[in-house]
Amino acid sequence: MTKSEYVVEMRKITKDFGGFKANDQVDLKVKPGEIHALLGENGAGKSTLMNILSGLLEPTSGEILLNGEPVKIDSPTAANRLGIGMVHQHFMLVDAFTVTENIILGNEPSHLGVIDRKKATKEIKELSDKYGLAVDPNAKVRDISVGMQQRAEILKTLYRGANILIFDEPTAVLTPQEIEELIGIMKSLVAEGKSIILITHKLDEIRHAADRCTVIRRGKSIDTVEVKGTTSEELAEMMVGHSVTFKIPKDPAKIGAPILNVKGLKVNESRGLPAVKGIDFTVHGGEILGIAGIDGNGQTELIEALTGLRKVAAGSVVIQGKDVTNAPVRKITETGVAHVPEDRQKYGLVLQMSLSENLALQTYYQKPMSRHGILNYHEMRKEALRLIREYDIRTTNEQLKAGELSGGNQQKAIVARELDRNADLIIVSQPTRGLDVGAIEYIHRQLIDQRDQGKAVLLVSFELDEIMNLSDRIIVLHDGKIAGEVHPETTTEQELGLLMAGSSVQAAAQEVK
Amino acid sequence: MLKVSQPIKKILVPLISILLGFLVGAIVMLIFSYSPIQAYTSMFQGALGSMSGIGETLRQATPLIFTALGFSVAYSAGFFNIGMSGQALAGWVASVWVALAYPNLPTYLLLPLAIIVGALAGGLIGAIPGVLRAFFGTSEVIVTIMLNYVVLYTSTYLLQNVMPKSFRSSTDSTQTISAHASLRMGWLQNIFGGSRINAGLFLAVIAIIIFWIMMKKTTLGFEIRSVGMNPFASEYAGMSSKKTIILSMVISGVLSGLGGVVEGLGTYQNFFTQTSSLSIGFDGMSVALLGGGSALGILLASLLFSILKIGGLGMQTGAGVPFEIVNIVIAAIIFFVAIDYVIGLLFKQKKATGTNTGAKPEQVIHQPKGGSEI
Repeated sequence: MTKSEYVVEMRKITKDFGGFKANDQVDLKVKPGEIHALLGENGAGKSTLMNILSGLLEPTSGEILLNGEPVKIDSPTAANRLGIGMVHQHFMLVDAFTVTENIILGNEPSHLGVIDRKKATKEIKELSDKYGLAVDPNAKVRDISVGMQQRAEILKTLYRGANILIFDEPTAVLTPQEIEELIGIMKSLVAEGKSIILITHKLDEIRHAADRCTVIRRGKSIDTVEVKGTTSEELAEMMVGHSVTFKIPKDPAKIGAPILNVKGLKVNESRGLPAVKGIDFTVHGGEILGIAGIDGNGQTELIEALTGLRKVAAGSVVIQGKDVTNAPVRKITETGVAHVPEDRQKYGLVLQMSLSENLALQTYYQKPMSRHGILNYHEMRKEALRLIREYDIRTTNEQLKAGELSGGNQQKAIVARELDRNADLIIVSQPTRGLDVGAIEYIHRQLIDQRDQGKAVLLVSFELDEIMNLSDRIIVLHDGKIAGEVHPETTTEQELGLLMAGSSVQAAAQEVK
Repeated sequence: MLKVSQPIKKILVPLISILLGFLVGAIVMLIFSYSPIQAYTSMFQGALGSMSGIGETLRQATPLIFTALGFSVAYSAGFFNIGMSGQALAGWVASVWVALAYPNLPTYLLLPLAIIVGALAGGLIGAIPGVLRAFFGTSEVIVTIMLNYVVLYTSTYLLQNVMPKSFRSSTDSTQTISAHASLRMGWLQNIFGGSRINAGLFLAVIAIIIFWIMMKKTTLGFEIRSVGMNPFASEYAGMSSKKTIILSMVISGVLSGLGGVVEGLGTYQNFFTQTSSLSIGFDGMSVALLGGGSALGILLASLLFSILKIGGLGMQTGAGVPFEIVNIVIAAIIFFVAIDYVIGLLFKQKKATGTNTGAKPEQVIHQPKGGSEI
């Protein structure tokens, strides 16, 4: 075996999708025992490159070398055999199975056709202990935390003998504490001689975890740098191709009159179980109220109840002095509410309709978009062109189907449609999920603008950075209740993280000290 | 693979489906030692070779246009209406009943009244699965299929047990309706060699135009399309998907009911016991799918279907091909239309083949050059 300086070497990888090059002569060289970050915006070609490495896609041209030897990875099985394992962003686990069962799934050790559970459990326990993963092999997946599910995924790749682990945006679903733990685990893995490729567009994580970083932009590899000698700003600039502002400066809030009043609100989720368990809060004009919390703690149900999409079980919702508890969606909208929904493709847009029709989705029934039930397409198009210009939606034309826009432009279209209606209350949920820094900066600016115009903004986000940077006040939701209210100037990410995990304000403050 | 643009593909795919259908039909005929050339020649001669043949073809197309439009409206709202047979039958019975009940009313009152009552009867039957789906989430497929039977046997019961005896000429058939209620027009029949063509054709053309305006130009059509494509986003935008689904089903039922009305007041001039669900209901589905749900497409597809149906009779008499073979040809065409996805694969699409990678090629292609990639 020829010894090479690199464990993985991808040379001049090109992947051509019928004229579009998702990867164009990309080079990636990973040293043994390092955490190598792969940084790039959405659609830059990170996933394509990693799908090539893990055998899901075949490159149009280019070669892959493992430990200096050229290899052909034409299927995920081949990748497995070569010791390449992927920890997916969306966990591939069966809820009703135990951790052990999930790990051996598709690769069951058996004796005369009977699964040798004992042996498997023992091996998994040993692996778990060796890398400090702290996973209970006998626990059912549905009973364990998201963080532990992720560790089970890691165990799965290790169990199959992976030496090169690919982590695809692993922190998207974790609390700050869990992220710290994960970084610790990754470090202990490389200490044991594994090599890690970390796909991410979060600069913080790279600074904390990675040794070196390869930046990809528009399908081309821009550079590979030592993380230690590079600033976040430099990394961001390489990623987007121009300089970016992380924290948008904002003036102190000029708090106005209360716009949204929520009292004793209780909401059930779809199975009828309580999801929001009696909460009170107020949003004033001129302020951004951030709602922090881990996904699944009642945020979705809360927003749906406020906007009329879900029945309120108890309590009241008052907007601008009008009681809109359980009012129809359109009445709430007309009371002066703009809503940027959490799931932009499911709720925000009709993907098969044109951009112009989508931009008219909230106003089609009013003058001048229609008159006596007859649509005025001329007016619709005129409006669409204005919004495309004013909100910088990148599209070839207004007749393009919404589904053909990039994620960032889809979100911009929704933001344009909602903000342009000049509503007093703006409810935004996960406004920048999956967007790249350029689009995030744009949307943050828009929200701060609205606040400065005296609008009330209610922001739900799972991204702590976003909550901390934008909010004037923060309430933390845990298990359908308000775990605490804090101010961004006086709180820390650690304190927020503890509140999100269910500690009380006092306990959280204690622990942080 | 052929490289074509999207609009050309939209025309080519149904055309190729039709040709493949004819080809399969020809092979079947060869297997059973009939001459396909002779058969297809007599088919087209039967359907289009004489004025009376053309008249019958147009007459046959009339109810199909109505049921196909009905299917399309519901389909746009995401509702698979298989109950058009029943809805049409309700329209037929109701319109003939009204015509028989007031035979001496002047035409300008009786004809519109009979048409409207027939349309409403269809709408009522259509509303049932709509309401059930909107409020209880019931599968419309099962409800509409079963309602076809309910209406079928109810119609026989009404004819034999409920209608006044004076309306009937026999236990299985009503009297012929009075000329005041008839859609037939002497001058039109004269042009088309005494065929059963009737004013229903004009109603069908008007219905196509109204359908086109409704779907493309009105807020109602916008809501129907929106709810059909994405009920969640439609609710988010303040539309009522319940209301839209019920309304689209009522419209669908009204159109199907009109399909039955033109059979009753135009083609047959009476009502007689039906032994099975009306074929115009099911053929209307095929016509709508073949026509791609567009107004023009439905018009052309309904003509094709009636050429096959009417010409099929010609095949029998002219070439001695049994009607079963004709049905095989029709079925083959429907089959190839139904798998138009496969035929579509023959064409290389201009956009890239799908992948599950993070990069979505077709999205990036449309972005202008320069500037940040957002």
